[in-house]
Amino acid sequence: MNDGVEQTRGLSVLDRPNSYIGKTVPRPNLDRLMQGRGLYVSDMTLPRMVHVVFLRSPHAHAKILNIDSVAAKAMPGVIAVVTGRELADVITPWIGVLTHLKGLKSAPQHAIAIDRVCWQGEAVAAIVATSRALAEDAAEQMSVDYEELTPVTNMRTALDAETPVIHPDLGDNLAFERNLDAGAIDKAFADSDEVVEAEFVFGRHTGVTLEPRAVLADWNAGEARLTIYQGTQAPHMVQNISAKHLGLEEAQVRVVCKDVGGSFGIKVHIYADEMATYALSKLLRRPVKFVADRVESFSTDIHARDHVCKGRIGVNKDGTITGFEIDDLTGIGPYSMYPRTSAIEANQVVNLVGGPYTTPNYRARTRVVFQNKNVTCQYRGVGHPIACSITEVLVDLAARAIGMDPIEIRRRNLVADDAYPCASPSGMKFEALSHHASIDRLLSIMDYDALRAEQAELRKQGIYRGIGIASFVEVTNPAAAFYGVGGARISSQDGVTVRLDATGSVVCQTSITEQGQGSESLTAQIVGSVLGVSMSRVRVILGDTDNTPYGGGTWASRGAGIGGEAALQSAKALRKNILDVAAAILQAKPGDLDIVENSVVDLVGGQQRIEMHELARIVYFRPDTLPPGFQAELMATRHFVPREYPFAFTNGVQASWLEVDPNTGFITLLKHWVVEDCGTIINPQLVDEQIRGGVVQGLGAALYEHCIYDERGQLTNANMADYLVPMSGEMPDISIGHVVSPTMESELGAKGAGEAGTAGAAACVANAVNDALAPFGATVTEIPLTPRLILTALGTI
Amino acid sequence: MKASAFSYIRPTTIDDALALLAQYGEQAKVLSGGQSLMPALNLRLSAPEWLVDIGGLSDLRTIAVSRGLLRIGALARHVDVLKSADVAEHAPLLADAMVHVAHPAIRNKGTMGGNLAHADPASEMPACMIALDAVIVVRSRAGERRLQARDFFIGIYETALAAEELLVAVEIPVANQNSVRFFHEYARRNGDYAIVGLAASATLDGGSFADLRLGFFAVGDRPLLATAARHLIGRPVTAAMLAEAQAALEAELDPQEDQQAPVAMRKHLARQLLALCVATLLGRADLEARRSA
Ligand SMILES: Cc1cc2nc3c(=O)[nH]c(=O)nc-3n(C[C@H](O)[C@H](O)[C@H](O)COP(=O)(O)OP(=O)(O)OC[C@H]3O[C@@H](n4cnc5c(N)ncnc54)[C@H](O)[C@@H]3O)c2cc1C
Repeated sequence: MNDGVEQTRGLSVLDRPNSYIGKTVPRPNLDRLMQGRGLYVSDMTLPRMVHVVFLRSPHAHAKILNIDSVAAKAMPGVIAVVTGRELADVITPWIGVLTHLKGLKSAPQHAIAIDRVCWQGEAVAAIVATSRALAEDAAEQMSVDYEELTPVTNMRTALDAETPVIHPDLGDNLAFERNLDAGAIDKAFADSDEVVEAEFVFGRHTGVTLEPRAVLADWNAGEARLTIYQGTQAPHMVQNISAKHLGLEEAQVRVVCKDVGGSFGIKVHIYADEMATYALSKLLRRPVKFVADRVESFSTDIHARDHVCKGRIGVNKDGTITGFEIDDLTGIGPYSMYPRTSAIEANQVVNLVGGPYTTPNYRARTRVVFQNKNVTCQYRGVGHPIACSITEVLVDLAARAIGMDPIEIRRRNLVADDAYPCASPSGMKFEALSHHASIDRLLSIMDYDALRAEQAELRKQGIYRGIGIASFVEVTNPAAAFYGVGGARISSQDGVTVRLDATGSVVCQTSITEQGQGSESLTAQIVGSVLGVSMSRVRVILGDTDNTPYGGGTWASRGAGIGGEAALQSAKALRKNILDVAAAILQAKPGDLDIVENSVVDLVGGQQRIEMHELARIVYFRPDTLPPGFQAELMATRHFVPREYPFAFTNGVQASWLEVDPNTGFITLLKHWVVEDCGTIINPQLVDEQIRGGVVQGLGAALYEHCIYDERGQLTNANMADYLVPMSGEMPDISIGHVVSPTMESELGAKGAGEAGTAGAAACVANAVNDALAPFGATVTEIPLTPRLILTALGTI
Repeated sequence: MKASAFSYIRPTTIDDALALLAQYGEQAKVLSGGQSLMPALNLRLSAPEWLVDIGGLSDLRTIAVSRGLLRIGALARHVDVLKSADVAEHAPLLADAMVHVAHPAIRNKGTMGGNLAHADPASEMPACMIALDAVIVVRSRAGERRLQARDFFIGIYETALAAEELLVAVEIPVANQNSVRFFHEYARRNGDYAIVGLAASATLDGGSFADLRLGFFAVGDRPLLATAARHLIGRPVTAAMLAEAQAALEAELDPQEDQQAPVAMRKHLARQLLALCVATLLGRADLEARRSA
């Protein structure tokens, strides 16, 4: 696929005059969004559109004995009240399993519960009315008889014999278990100078997107076609699954995704209430809109984390880490989520613990159990914050046990920068990482030694500050290994089509999606650079299964690395076609020509030969003047998926500087640093924004965010006053440095950057808190790190 | 999350507003800045038949000083109080506290009357009012009542206001030359309701307190004017006196356990605040008793 022109010049296809690559250019969609001209699902109105409100279970676990909707149906504006049993005629249930997660089991889940509810918030009936307010009025008139069942809420006892089994057909509450034993851990620990252990607790939290989940489903009986307008990260996945369960051909479903107000993994799943909305549209033969309100967002948007993990690390006095061992447990709610499953996070924890380090000795067990709480699934950073916290807190505890500086122990154990390619004990293949270069860069930007001196000085004055470090590896650019090999029809490849229009501007259709990351911007940057066309002339179309190539969408830090490469290759193909046309018009050789600033020029000398709009005019309106037999092709499509490595691993290191007030238990974040290596940087500002946003979400988990359930399975803080999200007032400045190790799997060389911030933030904050508390001999291994937790650790309360 | 249907009316005079309240009584709710009422309506925690929007009663927005009293109208917005020169001069405690009330967008809409009538036990202003010995002026068609702030707040979201009454103003004795004040709260994030907070107003006599009014909030079902202050008045404060005051404080606190803090933590933080307050007002760092390793 290599273009001979670039090769002779010795330059990459991106390293061209007026290239946009590596430059901070404003996002093309910025003005539109800033002027309030975005188009979110909530903004859309269709003729005959109605609104659905779901009546949700107040109980975590109960039998539905009777649903009386007579009074609700008589309320003004009500179009229909539909139960799960009625809807089951329109849409079939599903089971969220993947074959490569051996033994993973789950029970059939219906769009609306039929005879039993399994978590507080599960839908039991749909009330469809001419407005949301009227539907809510009618919902108050619904009467449901429940027989409460014992809820399973404590994951630690979920597998005990006395605990009821949530789905009796499954035999027990164990959804999935994985065991891994690499090297010789027992011997390694027996021979170690020190073995340190800790129990880690990771609270449940969720994504809190600014725009809630929103769907508008429009079944057009005339053409027997369903159009779904939805804020989703994966339109083709939604197309496939909705068609499958509604008994339609994929071609009968179109998914359109306009603007999306944040996703973070929340909007990459198939939710029961969204499936119900599609089905209601088909049943009622009219457009039906569902927009989750904030309370139902908290109780039904996927939750994440919620792990308890015992961890052990062995270390010798010289600083050598001899091995890691973990025993992990997580509660995922009553069903494994569809279609990506709820076992991926635990699986990732097993894959990633110890990942940055050289020790070959690693034993891991994870168990994934059912409980009567909201479902959990993949949210930004999937497994990374957990694996990173376990690993990095253990490394710090090991360093403390042998009296070594946290930087020094990392230097002695991180995989050397020249040791690649290599694999981790869990079998993860690393192409090229840069742990040591990243640490070097970190130490210089944070001035580590000066900070340690300041810390010591302040301690004398009774001020307790801490420094925390966390190295991490991050999974990006996933190929089929994540889902495809397990049987899910989730594309791991993406495609881009580029077309030169009659005025010399470019239309580009991509299968990746935009939820604020900058997918639109990076696509235009790549296409503009490769083609030699101004970005302002590149129009990018995303999020429409009728009008983009088939592809996976934007998740798992794959948009830039996979969709970006498809954009590069399609632009290269179009460029070649354009030069062929130019050569025919100019009676020159294509290899002697180039495109710069919207004109075809001589490769040598740069003399302008023909402007693009003129070339396009000839192709479209005077093809008669082209040589006989010559057919111009001003549209090209290319697809891409990495083939050699299942994932493009990236790496980085984070550091936190904070103060703990031992009188009150309050933590003040003072400063945060990140050095990360995402390969080729397409737009530095977008990368830095991704890192900062990711760090802030990681800090939210570290200090604030927590879905608090009581022992009855009631979510007790489903509102923005009691569920604390990180806010700007508490956030530290976040300094970012980069190391660049491009992946050789693509010409672009880009790896992902979207989850790096989230991966390491909580780990380094935990290490910094423990560093600050070291003089008191207190250690905390639970997040969120609340004042209550700190005061408890200090023995104050 | 949509409010149930209600009827809306916006009177232009206080008399009209009072007539409407007299007419509809419990079926009506006064709408002021809407920052607490609208969320409650949308969550359907409250479903009044009538909303009486008092936003048009511009007479109630004034802040003025006369005869030794600073009078703040019920419709004075939080931002007005924050920016008022009269408040800065005569009741600077309010300005100190107001920056902790919510966020700028909410302070642009929320009003003093609404805040006090809402009577959230974790709210800053009610504690300031008891610390400043304010009088709360309420009016109905039957006439005006003037209530001591400490008699006004009677429980969680509960006040001495009757359904047909409108809170029209608060009156605060202006600070004198020897007045000092202290405000501090422990909240998880800027703008959050506090876990525990203290608004205090004192008169100094040399190195001692001639008077000390301690208004604790988020420590019970209403703001607390702590009687523990009596242990600290009239004599130079010693560590022993402070310890006695802290013990007395703990005895009079009846905090609730919630997701942020168990009872013991609230009591601990209240003791901390008392020490910090006394140390700050007297300029006596030795009384602060910071924990060290
Ligand atoms: C995100 C957020 C954070 C907040 N944080 C804080 C905080 O940290 N501290 C704090 O103190 N407050 C906080 N608030 C509340 C805010 O400060 C408002 O002051 C408060 O909501 C009430 O003022 P309002 O004018 O909006 O009243 P409204 O919401 O209009 O009314 C509140 C109640 O008072 C009644 N009422 C209003 N005016 C009168 C009157 N003149 N006479 C009789 N009854 C009346 C209403 O009927 C209603 O019951 C927060 C609010 C939000 C949304």
